[in-house]
Amino acid sequence: MTTAIPDEKGVEAVVAQEPVTATAKRALSSPWASLAAIVIAVLWTIPTFGLLVTSFRPESAITTSGWWTAAWNGGWTLDNYDQVLNGSDTNLGTYFINSMVITIPSVLIPISIAVMAAYAFAWMKFPGRDFLFVAIFALQIVPIQVTMIPLLTLYNKAGVTGPDSFGGGFYTIWLSHSIFALPLAIYLLHNFMSQIPGELIESARVDGAAHVQIFTRIMLPLMAPAIAAFGIFQFLWVWNDLLVALVFGGGSLEVSPLTVRLAELSGTRGNDWFLLSAGAFVSLIVPLIVFLSLQRYFVRGLLAGSVKG
Amino acid sequence: MRTRNTRRGMAVAATLVSAGLVLAGCGGSDSEGGSDKAGGTSPGEGKAECAQLTQFGDLSGKDVTVYTSIVAPEDKPHIDSWKVFEDCTGADVKYEGSKEFETQLQVRVQSGNPPDIAYIPQPGLLQTLVGTGKVVEAPSTVSDNVDKWFGEDWRSYGSVDGKLYAAPLGANVKSFVWYSPKMFADNGWEIPTTWDDMLALSDKIAATGIKPWCAGIESGEATGWPATDWLEDVLLRSVGPDVYDQWVAHEIPFNDPQVVESLDNVGAILKNDKYVNGGIGDVSSIATTAFQDGGLPILDGKCALHRQASFYAANWPEGTDVSENGDVFAFYLPPMGDEFGSPVLGGGEFVAAFSDAPEVQAFQTYLSSDQWANEKAKATPNGGWVSANTGLDIANLASPVDQLSGEILQNPDAVFRFDGSDMMPGAVGAGSFWKEMTNWITGESTQDALDNIEKSWP
Repeated sequence: MTTAIPDEKGVEAVVAQEPVTATAKRALSSPWASLAAIVIAVLWTIPTFGLLVTSFRPESAITTSGWWTAAWNGGWTLDNYDQVLNGSDTNLGTYFINSMVITIPSVLIPISIAVMAAYAFAWMKFPGRDFLFVAIFALQIVPIQVTMIPLLTLYNKAGVTGPDSFGGGFYTIWLSHSIFALPLAIYLLHNFMSQIPGELIESARVDGAAHVQIFTRIMLPLMAPAIAAFGIFQFLWVWNDLLVALVFGGGSLEVSPLTVRLAELSGTRGNDWFLLSAGAFVSLIVPLIVFLSLQRYFVRGLLAGSVKG
Repeated sequence: MRTRNTRRGMAVAATLVSAGLVLAGCGGSDSEGGSDKAGGTSPGEGKAECAQLTQFGDLSGKDVTVYTSIVAPEDKPHIDSWKVFEDCTGADVKYEGSKEFETQLQVRVQSGNPPDIAYIPQPGLLQTLVGTGKVVEAPSTVSDNVDKWFGEDWRSYGSVDGKLYAAPLGANVKSFVWYSPKMFADNGWEIPTTWDDMLALSDKIAATGIKPWCAGIESGEATGWPATDWLEDVLLRSVGPDVYDQWVAHEIPFNDPQVVESLDNVGAILKNDKYVNGGIGDVSSIATTAFQDGGLPILDGKCALHRQASFYAANWPEGTDVSENGDVFAFYLPPMGDEFGSPVLGGGEFVAAFSDAPEVQAFQTYLSSDQWANEKAKATPNGGWVSANTGLDIANLASPVDQLSGEILQNPDAVFRFDGSDMMPGAVGAGSFWKEMTNWITGESTQDALDNIEKSWP
């Protein structure tokens, strides 16, 4: 926790200047507020904790008694994890890699397009700009379920579905995730980008910078928190997605992500549902790592959109 | 609501798509028809087990894609059972299973990317799919096999408007009551052979302080389906198969007085405080207990009887002895009188094809044969599978429950009827029927429940 010390000093310095923040800080750090925070945190964590406990209990104990009786009832086992990891004809590792192969391009493609589009909408003047921006913004309200059959039909006609096609069948999943992510990505990044002071851009222009230089030298570094924040959103969304992968992957096991395996974990008639708790924790690991490692960008990105200057 | 919106969205989308397909179809050249045989000599030529398959010629290098609702680990026996086919024809069968099969299949059919073969678990869904015009009629070899190995009733469930589209595949028997043979032997209880005997036995058990019946109908968004099976089973026993057929086809109203009486008969067990819910709670606990857990109190001796299908065998925890003298076993839900023989309620899958390529037709032929049924039985060492195929040798079935199911299905006196809720329109069979049965368990009157279902019939 050494890194926390300079931060705290910084906070205190700010507090000294702004009495409003100080009042807020005092109110929030009162014993009652702390107690309330702890109670909420505990209540919030109980279901997850119960899931964790359940994932280590044997089948007969899960089906006959509650997880809170685990300490004296039924004992412990790693069988559930063993079955989740090795219980299917396809190794869980395959699904894991599929999830990676689906998620990484599905995050990178929309971000790279959206950053450029956002720049164009924010700082370039061209006819029909506002109309186009509103049109893209409006696309957000189209529910993705409506688009599925027409989009899949287009893919089928273009011949890009199935394991023999370009990208081994992943292409349609990447493309679909990108399509569904772009409206929100462009809108978010545009709002962030248009709040960057115009003087910065103007002074760069005075110094002789063209759009490409402004974009790469000024915008991208300033945009890093916003890009990271959206990246986390998109990563979690794609990682947890079942619908898009099922529809556009065609159910083929070769391109199925972890969520497909998770959905089928409980067996044809749902009789293996006791495996779900272990499965949930296996699939939770990667998003947790991503979230924790990028967390500071996440918070900064959220604040950056709301505070001017 | 969300599903409804989605469906409407899909319907609109589907309309647009089909319009597009019609237009696109004008330009293409039609190469369909007459593609019954491939050239060359089949790899299985001269082998006895390949007799029926060599007629399709050399299919080496051809793929058949199969899409089903059966997922791991139950998919393994299916894949194993195709080995003979692959050896005989040289074709490769690719398996895909998904629990979202019912929705996904329709999406794939509508968007022009159907699998070659789909295992369809409900006749109602088959009718919907045939309505799209994408399902290919079964070839004559399949039709002959079905005539030879299956009863007329099974053929009709795979047919739409008199044409056979899908041959029956597996089956399950729903008219079973699970019990503990040990518990019965210890207490000197006999397996009842008539409905009245069963109620008398229930009273006897109730007098010892044990609540005789246990049940659970919670099953996620399908909550209520086990209770619909109860009603269907009792209806089939009290009014007979003919009236049952009329009821399923909505030729008599859903809330016909005979149905009301049958549901009251179900209520005499399921809503009787003295009878339920053994080892779990009171009557309303039926609605909140997962169907997978509904029969488990039998193992603790807290419940004696649990009416559930043959596939419930998979729900007993590992190590449970499921056999005639073991921890648990099932007996046939007794008939209410002699006039209707031995009614059997059940379900099953059907093999629909979306292509008329020779390798697909060869595979359909293989799946409808007695040869496949026996191969499948041998490839299922842990049990949990049975077929109504009369060429199936019951000795090949692994588990005692499967053997019992096989005997019931092949019994010439048995009057088999398909699970009615699977044949009714989706709004009822997968909607109001489930919901109202759940409400009925939690206190709604019999008349109100059936009236509400009748009102929802499209």
